Amino acid sequence: MAAAQPPLAAPLALGSIRALIARHKRWDFIFGVIGLLALMVGALTFAALFVDMAVQGIPRLKPEFFTNFPSRRAAEAGILSAWVGSTLVMLVTATVAVPLGVAAGVYLEEYARKNLVTDIIEINITNLAGVPSIVYGLLALGLFVYQFGFGQSILSAGLTLALLILPVVIVATREAIRSIPQAIREAAYALGATQWQAVRDHIVPYSSAGILTGVIIGMARAIGETAPIITIGALTFIAFLPPSPVTTTPPFFSLEWLTSPFTVMPIQMFNWTSRPEAAFQQNAAAAGFVLVLMTLAMNGLAIWLRYRLRKNIKW
Amino acid sequence: MTPATDLPLKAEVKDLSFYYGNFQALKSLSMPVHEKKVTALIGPSGCGKSTFLRCFNRMHDLYPGNRYVGDIRLHPDNTNLLAKTVDPIEVRMRISMVFQKPNPFPKSIFENVAYGLRVRGERNRRLLEEKVEVALRNAALWDEAKDRLKDLAFNLSGGQQQRLCIARALATDPELLLFDEPTSALDPIATGSIEELMADLKSKVTILIVTHNMQQAARCSDYTAFMYLGELIEFGDTDRVFIKPSKKQTEDYITGRFG
Repeated sequence: MAAAQPPLAAPLALGSIRALIARHKRWDFIFGVIGLLALMVGALTFAALFVDMAVQGIPRLKPEFFTNFPSRRAAEAGILSAWVGSTLVMLVTATVAVPLGVAAGVYLEEYARKNLVTDIIEINITNLAGVPSIVYGLLALGLFVYQFGFGQSILSAGLTLALLILPVVIVATREAIRSIPQAIREAAYALGATQWQAVRDHIVPYSSAGILTGVIIGMARAIGETAPIITIGALTFIAFLPPSPVTTTPPFFSLEWLTSPFTVMPIQMFNWTSRPEAAFQQNAAAAGFVLVLMTLAMNGLAIWLRYRLRKNIKW
Repeated sequence: MTPATDLPLKAEVKDLSFYYGNFQALKSLSMPVHEKKVTALIGPSGCGKSTFLRCFNRMHDLYPGNRYVGDIRLHPDNTNLLAKTVDPIEVRMRISMVFQKPNPFPKSIFENVAYGLRVRGERNRRLLEEKVEVALRNAALWDEAKDRLKDLAFNLSGGQQQRLCIARALATDPELLLFDEPTSALDPIATGSIEELMADLKSKVTILIVTHNMQQAARCSDYTAFMYLGELIEFGDTDRVFIKPSKKQTEDYITGRFG
């Protein structure tokens, strides 16, 4: 045979193999414990804060709390203008952020050529997700409130928050599109589809689950944003509702509510926590509890929608 | 190379070379494709047979950095499929492809088969249903699928999914059908049913099939082309190539001296 090969190392004795394994398994156990403790720190902190707020706030959650305007008397104060304001602002945010974000994401993934310019755009978009929200508030103040003249209104707030969550929507769209297997794209093109047909009939429908998840997560963040809304001038004591979108005279809907002054949930909470009376602190806790529930509900909706829309997808 | 017989040609490849960037994957291939016959491309892995096949429907255009040199002429109108003036989408409307791994859309069986027709703007419900039925019958899937047309295509077995992909490719009445190793991901029984299908189909449409399974080529094809490292080594009647190969490389490959 060929030149002599070095002898194999002597096999370990059975006893020392067992000791080695036992030592390694001890480290398995230790790491498991460390991981669990780390998890507990996060989970228990959140649970403690939430429970504290719930205990303080739940007694205050009567139906009148949701239908009353804020008032100088703590017992009569409610969050009507706040939750209506939050809902209307979220409506504008979603209407603006979704088409823009999805279109931008589709363009970057399917149409743009991979060169230096698109790389720079990509980096900028992901960085935008980390810009402090107060900076968006300053931008909005200069651009929407003064330059475009939308004033301190629901429209300005909705546009500001739309800009805030745009990077999230774009990134979610791109990730969802990237997860579509190349084989499906090739099948569509091999049948003679143009790029637009492939995008409209396959790419966007199959990534809708991921896109929607990104949109709702973005909105769950936006609903709690306070700094940009304060900067553009949402008022803290609003005892009226914006004009209704539905009117009794033709054409039966109105956009006047877009230009109305307003307030949102986080600002109402901020207003109440700034007051010394303990009763207002309780109101703030109750409002906080409602806000967390709204956020959890939106996340739950995202999970359910993702499950429903992904039912036919097998990748 | 001169055609093996005087039978009508569906396509002619003339001095085709293909470059992935700077790498030359195909070296000046010339070959006839006879009408309503099965032509098989065989050769070891990496010889360029799939690359060659994908030139026919301009699939390489989907990725940047590729370059064609030479002609593929489609008859009867003698169009050069590779010309820059010819729209790849027009080419793909005339030539259909079935891929190695079945790749149905995550839609219903009906919508999968109908998609090619929808792309061409067909909206008449009646016409779509008729053409889908014809395509599924030609793909030997109608009996199994007729009661479940609204079911998700993913719920079919692997062999059924591949037949669905064949039906999808047939629905648009292509002039040339390209098969890229269609049975390599399937079990022997499914493979047998696809091979039977090909025997029926060739009377209706010209077929060009890439296969790494030599026995499949010997069983199913009328003409065989043997490729090696980007070159066309030998082309001819399947029986002749397998029984009396004229090149030593062909003989070595066929007798299994290398693979």
